[in-house]
Amino acid sequence: MHSVVLTKGVPDFREGKVSFDEDGHLERGATPTVMNPNDEFALQAALQTKVKRGGRVSVMSMGPPGYESVLEEAMGVYADDCYLLSDREMAAADTWATAITLSAGIEKIGDPDLVIAGFKTADGETGQTGPQTAWCLDRPIVTHVIAMEVDEDAGTLRAKRLVEGDVDEIETVEAPLPAFVVTDPEFDTSYRRAEHRLRHKQLKAETEARAENYEDHLTSWSAEELELDPDFIGLDGSPTIVSAVDPIPKAPSEREATMVEPDDSEGMGEVLETMRPLAGGD
Amino acid sequence: MTDEYEHYEAVVVGGGPGGAAAAATLARNDVETLVLERGVEAGSKNVTGGLVYAEESAPYTIDGLFPDFREEAAERPVTDYYLHNVAGEKVKTFDISDLHDHDTEWADAVLRRKMDSWVADRVHEIASETGGGLLTDVRVNGLLREDGEIVGVTCDELDPIRADFVVAADGVNSELARDAGLMDWEDPDEWFQGVKAVVDVPPEVIAERFDIDDDEGEAHLFSGDLFEDVRGGGFVYTNEDSLSIGTVFHLDSLVAEEAEPHELLDSLLTHPLMANWLEGHYDEVEYSAKLVPDSKKAAHPSPHDGRLVLVGDAAGQMQAQGPIIKGMNHAVTAGALAGEAFAEARMRNDPESVGDLYERKLRDEGLMAKLRPSGYRLASALGEHAPVTALTDSVLTSGVGRAAVGLLGDRLESLYSSPTLSQIVPDTRTPYVTMPTVIAEELGERVEGEADYEPKSLLDRIGDLTYDTDVGNPHIRLRDASAEASGAAVSACPVSAHDFGGGCYREETVETNGDEETIISLDTQPCVECGTCAVVADTEWEHPRGGKGVEFKQG
Ligand SMILES: Cc1cc2nc3c(=O)[nH]c(=O)nc-3n(C[C@H](O)[C@H](O)[C@H](O)COP(=O)(O)OP(=O)(O)OC[C@H]3O[C@@H](n4cnc5c(N)ncnc54)[C@H](O)[C@@H]3O)c2cc1C
Ligand code: SF4
Repeated sequence: MHSVVLTKGVPDFREGKVSFDEDGHLERGATPTVMNPNDEFALQAALQTKVKRGGRVSVMSMGPPGYESVLEEAMGVYADDCYLLSDREMAAADTWATAITLSAGIEKIGDPDLVIAGFKTADGETGQTGPQTAWCLDRPIVTHVIAMEVDEDAGTLRAKRLVEGDVDEIETVEAPLPAFVVTDPEFDTSYRRAEHRLRHKQLKAETEARAENYEDHLTSWSAEELELDPDFIGLDGSPTIVSAVDPIPKAPSEREATMVEPDDSEGMGEVLETMRPLAGGD
Repeated sequence: MTDEYEHYEAVVVGGGPGGAAAAATLARNDVETLVLERGVEAGSKNVTGGLVYAEESAPYTIDGLFPDFREEAAERPVTDYYLHNVAGEKVKTFDISDLHDHDTEWADAVLRRKMDSWVADRVHEIASETGGGLLTDVRVNGLLREDGEIVGVTCDELDPIRADFVVAADGVNSELARDAGLMDWEDPDEWFQGVKAVVDVPPEVIAERFDIDDDEGEAHLFSGDLFEDVRGGGFVYTNEDSLSIGTVFHLDSLVAEEAEPHELLDSLLTHPLMANWLEGHYDEVEYSAKLVPDSKKAAHPSPHDGRLVLVGDAAGQMQAQGPIIKGMNHAVTAGALAGEAFAEARMRNDPESVGDLYERKLRDEGLMAKLRPSGYRLASALGEHAPVTALTDSVLTSGVGRAAVGLLGDRLESLYSSPTLSQIVPDTRTPYVTMPTVIAEELGERVEGEADYEPKSLLDRIGDLTYDTDVGNPHIRLRDASAEASGAAVSACPVSAHDFGGGCYREETVETNGDEETIISLDTQPCVECGTCAVVADTEWEHPRGGKGVEFKQG
């Protein structure tokens, strides 16, 4: 059982980490790059498969050499080894050019039973890379997966997925292996068997130790090593044209406000009176 | 997806000293052993005073089972042991090191988060070799039964697990012991309540104020009138860079006096002796509490049922040897004996005999005699009668008694240090309150000193604790909210108090048909899971789910 997890580095959008310039444009240089938060679920899904069925988990990313830290982070969640597809020629790729590059990487690794991607990235938010890569690899794809079981003997994957991304509507589907899976942020990462939790604990300890020397487990491939035609990758291979990026204007933050201290009973009485009609009461 | 239940040869519930000793012994005998601990980390739910004893007479010690324990998991060794008899500012101090040293190979102060998590790592290493290991964040919620027989455990977080042998080392509020019908939560007089504050003090200040080196430590006990009439006492133990300061009181006495546990702790914290130790360094970092069983009354003589054995506090195996409290060491011995018993029963191909074997070992190794000393039964039959107490108290406080105390003078110190006497003192006001008060009044000296700090408020103590609240899923429910049934919890709960709205238990006045009625309400959010209200109020009491609830950093 071999799973390859695709991950991407994105700006750390958390409060206190992210910087915007005066025009509201992201300052890439001043904002640290982290693993796309949704990719954690893809890694957890791969780890779960390894916990239950054994095998190997690889993590792959396309990006500049600086993305090594993203792979290190991914390895902290779980990976046996990691792959960085990095080349000047690959820069400024849209999702299509990225899919072509990633599928070349996956084919070079071999023919993994599962390729797993996280739900859309925090920066582009398109959610296209996964499906496009599946298409390039000519694999069946199951998206919005919240739970899955692999049956290697039968050569199938059984998955629970959210229909229309709705937690109230869940369907169970079966797909032949090799397959492509996109995990949903609702992915259930819990284990109800002690043997699984014990194995999970052991694998976590191993991967955390590995992450400290992630370079020893890292393979980097250039466009040439992947035998990629420069016309189909990077900026040149990207049919998407971004004409402009408009910052969404900030909501006016200044409102008329009256401050009332909690122990000011007269003031609180007025608050209640003001709110009463709004609450629909009398 | 398989529906078959998992199976382990042995499942140990609880990662405290009892569970750790059981698991290590089982695993070293090649028994496939799974340990389930409800805390986020072993130790995160636990509170002790505490001194871990290694007794010369005991078949097992914690450092024997876990080499390097003292270097890696313990704080300072106890090199001096004192008992302070207090009457107001007058104090008569006895050096009771002899009592402490009796049968003691060594005794170290510990903090449970550090101790248990270190031990748990060792246990996991050993148990992993057998195909098992230790899991945290798992709360066992009951026994798995088939045709009335115990065949395993059920959990909140995991599917049921079968086992040939189940060790309930789940502590003083053992849900398994109750599920098995072996223990109950009925009588307040079978329990003590322990409350503790850990105060950070730099090592150089400890060295200077206690006049000790880095490899030395002290234990100080307090009794007398500083806790009003509540039967019990206070303690101070030196850690590497903190002090453990706490109290242990008979639960029935706390309830009878309607005392507020945090206020009793405050009396200790502000006593002139303490004020001198803490001056300029009162940095309280954690407030905690836990019930403590009194083995003299609670230790189960036959703590097993089929494949289930109880170990440590779960079986009531906590010995109050006069002022000296021994629970952790006995839990270690009992745990290891339980492990031995199963290994032997299995070798004889007679796993069903494990319970009887364990019981016999508890007796043959002398543990049962320490837990339920026969002398105590004789002495208490007489000594715990209220009229007798009143008589001894009045004699003691009379001119005659005082003269006798004066005459005995420092001979009292050696009397107090008698191991036999200390085992059989009756649980009355006399030894806890009256005697020490008279001693201090007659023989004591005034101690100068005034606290330059205010003890932390209950609100701040709760506010500084870490909780992962299981919102919408309270672990304690009030069965009867009347003041008669559950009112005692308002003062006895260590995080509640009369006239305090931020705690677990509150008194509320409601009007029904023009009548005013007092009812008790409960909010489990600030609960420190001590177990007090399981005994003193009418509740359905469970632990929170795995990893939920309070998380102690010190313990
Ligand atoms: C204030 C105070 C002072 C004390 N002073 C001393 C002292 O100086 N010396 C001394 O030797 N003893 C002292 N004791 C007593 C001592 O702490 C106990 O006797 C000892 O901890 C008992 O060990 P144990 O292994 O039986 O239980 P515990 O240490 O309580 O361990 C039980 C474990 O089981 C876990 N658990 C409970 N329920 C479940 C469940 N349902 N599922 C999974 N896990 C569960 C708990 O999280 C815990 O880790 C003191 C106690 C207190 C409160
Ligand atoms: S609510 Fe009960 S268990 Fe919780 S701290 Fe109060 S008395 Fe202890």
